[in-house]
Amino acid sequence: MTRPLLLVLAGLVTAGVVACGGNPQPATPAPQANADSIAAAEKARQDSIAAAEAAARAREEAERVARQRTADSLAALGRGTEAVRTMLATMIHFDFDKWNIRSDDAGTLDQKVGILQANSNAHIRIAGHCDERGSDEYNLALGNRRATAAKQYLVSHGIDGGRIETQSFGKERPLDPGHNEEAWSKNRRDEFDITSGGDALRQP
Amino acid sequence: MCWAAVGCLLTLSVLPSFRLSAQDTSAIDRGVRIGIVYRPGVRPGVVLLPDRSTALDSARAVLARDLDYSDRFELITLPGGDSIRVSAPAAARAPGARTTAGARAHTGGEAAGLNYPLYQALGADFAIALAAVRDTTQVTIHDVTAGAVRRLLKARLPAATSSQFRMAVHRLADQIVEATLGTAGTAATRVLFVIDGKLYQIDSDGAGFKEILSTKGREILSPVWDRDGRRIAYMEFWSGHGQLFVQDAATGRRRAVTDGATLDFTPVFSPDGKGLTFSRAIEEGTDVYTFNLRDNCCLQRLTVGRFSDNLSPAYSPDGQRIAFVSTRPGLPQIYVMAADGTDEQLFAPFDYGVTGSSNAPDWSPDGQSVAFHRDVAGTLQVFVLDVRTRTVRQLTSLGRNEDPTWAPDSRHVAFVSDRSGYRQLWVIDMETGRIRPLLQQSGVRLPAWSPRLPETEQSTP
Repeated sequence: MTRPLLLVLAGLVTAGVVACGGNPQPATPAPQANADSIAAAEKARQDSIAAAEAAARAREEAERVARQRTADSLAALGRGTEAVRTMLATMIHFDFDKWNIRSDDAGTLDQKVGILQANSNAHIRIAGHCDERGSDEYNLALGNRRATAAKQYLVSHGIDGGRIETQSFGKERPLDPGHNEEAWSKNRRDEFDITSGGDALRQP
Repeated sequence: MCWAAVGCLLTLSVLPSFRLSAQDTSAIDRGVRIGIVYRPGVRPGVVLLPDRSTALDSARAVLARDLDYSDRFELITLPGGDSIRVSAPAAARAPGARTTAGARAHTGGEAAGLNYPLYQALGADFAIALAAVRDTTQVTIHDVTAGAVRRLLKARLPAATSSQFRMAVHRLADQIVEATLGTAGTAATRVLFVIDGKLYQIDSDGAGFKEILSTKGREILSPVWDRDGRRIAYMEFWSGHGQLFVQDAATGRRRAVTDGATLDFTPVFSPDGKGLTFSRAIEEGTDVYTFNLRDNCCLQRLTVGRFSDNLSPAYSPDGQRIAFVSTRPGLPQIYVMAADGTDEQLFAPFDYGVTGSSNAPDWSPDGQSVAFHRDVAGTLQVFVLDVRTRTVRQLTSLGRNEDPTWAPDSRHVAFVSDRSGYRQLWVIDMETGRIRPLLQQSGVRLPAWSPRLPETEQSTP
């Protein structure tokens, strides 16, 4: 949401700057002989006001451009944060009625280890989910195991356990409402959320 | 008689498919006995006598269904309606004089005009007559074989339009079962369950379906009754948190037992009503805890799983033991321990690495059986463990069947089944194998059958 908005703002500001630059100040008219001295003085005063106003406008635009540059660079940093955030939120999946980390998910978790090491004030929450086939109540315990299994993996790779919260949703929040193996395999998952320290994330 | 014949035919036609699946599963569960013992013809016949007066038609209809659903009788339908009740005294037929004459006849101890040999010929062991005597309803139970009145019951039934009418008739039905067979029926009971995170109830005969509770932003799960039917407990679930509540069944007033900081689930009252025992999931795993409700204190941890989960406690009726689910063999299976958490041992036998997950134990009120569900070839089936012999048998095989809950008679079990294509509430009678749907509504989860409900429960809002 924020990125398109910033781009639009940046466009508007640029258009404004170009418009101002393209209209040079009109030259002060040359004094004319026998002119009404009061009128001439008044005219000169107004011209100087106009000139001052134009200068103020130019200064303002310059400041706005400078602010925009800062905002743009922050946005760029945000884009990096977004990429890291996406990596951190990548889900891992489980076999039916199992909570062990699958070998194909170890890489995903290793990536999270790197991110958490590079961003030492980031805290996360892991939520364990199950498919609809198991028992309603047992799935709450199973989801808990799935969440803590991922936490244990991260902790065993050096992440402080105090930065990781776990919770279980059992089978109460399926990602895919289908009733087939494709849906079930998607639903047997751990979800990762950043709970704090996620405003500016560095790449590992 | 007709019913019995149809029942036999049905049973015969159903049997082959039972056998097929039985073979499939017995290969997996060696030592498991499949199927239900069906003993046709041993149930006493009962005839509910018709009456010219229509005043008690509603009560008679409810009673007839209750007696049928008790699965303890062969209900005999009289051919040709009431014409068969012959040779009643002419005086009793006179308008106005009917009830008093009937009452005199009943209180006289002999059944005026009841043709015992005829009912005996029809296969009836008992004949039941209803009569309105002023503001009371009199139920005369005739022992057809002995040719005498066995028992006279009196009850004050509320008006048929009253919300308490059906439950009052259910109580009468339970008394009739007790007077004829010596053990009370289960008509005056209800089943709690969850649909879409809301708590509902339904009467044992399928009437009175209504919502009891819904909480915004939270899902209600795992309802349960206390032993005297006055309180219920349940869990509210949201964002990985589970908070336990105890609620007065009559007034709806409730109190939180746990604070919702952790994930607490599967509450169950201790049989003495003083404690609430439940599962709590923390990072170390899930374990069984108990909380002293009476003194509102003293949380005690009963299991220490460390590398396994322990959950879903179910008390034996004497309160001495707790059946529970443990994952110590790898997959969840049914274990048992003393109520203080000592002496843990395997309860329902299984083949290591072969038998599927077993969950949701419920101990029968007579203490002899524990019902649970087990994964069989990728779907769930209801099983029953015989506590004394520690053998299990499979009770269901059609569709997915889960979360069994015992009726107070320890012979009926309600469970959730998708045999119709939708997840609905069904009742099976262990003795006859008869299965009936209790509720057409779909999406039913986690049923809990009440004990026989106390009188005060009538005033449920």
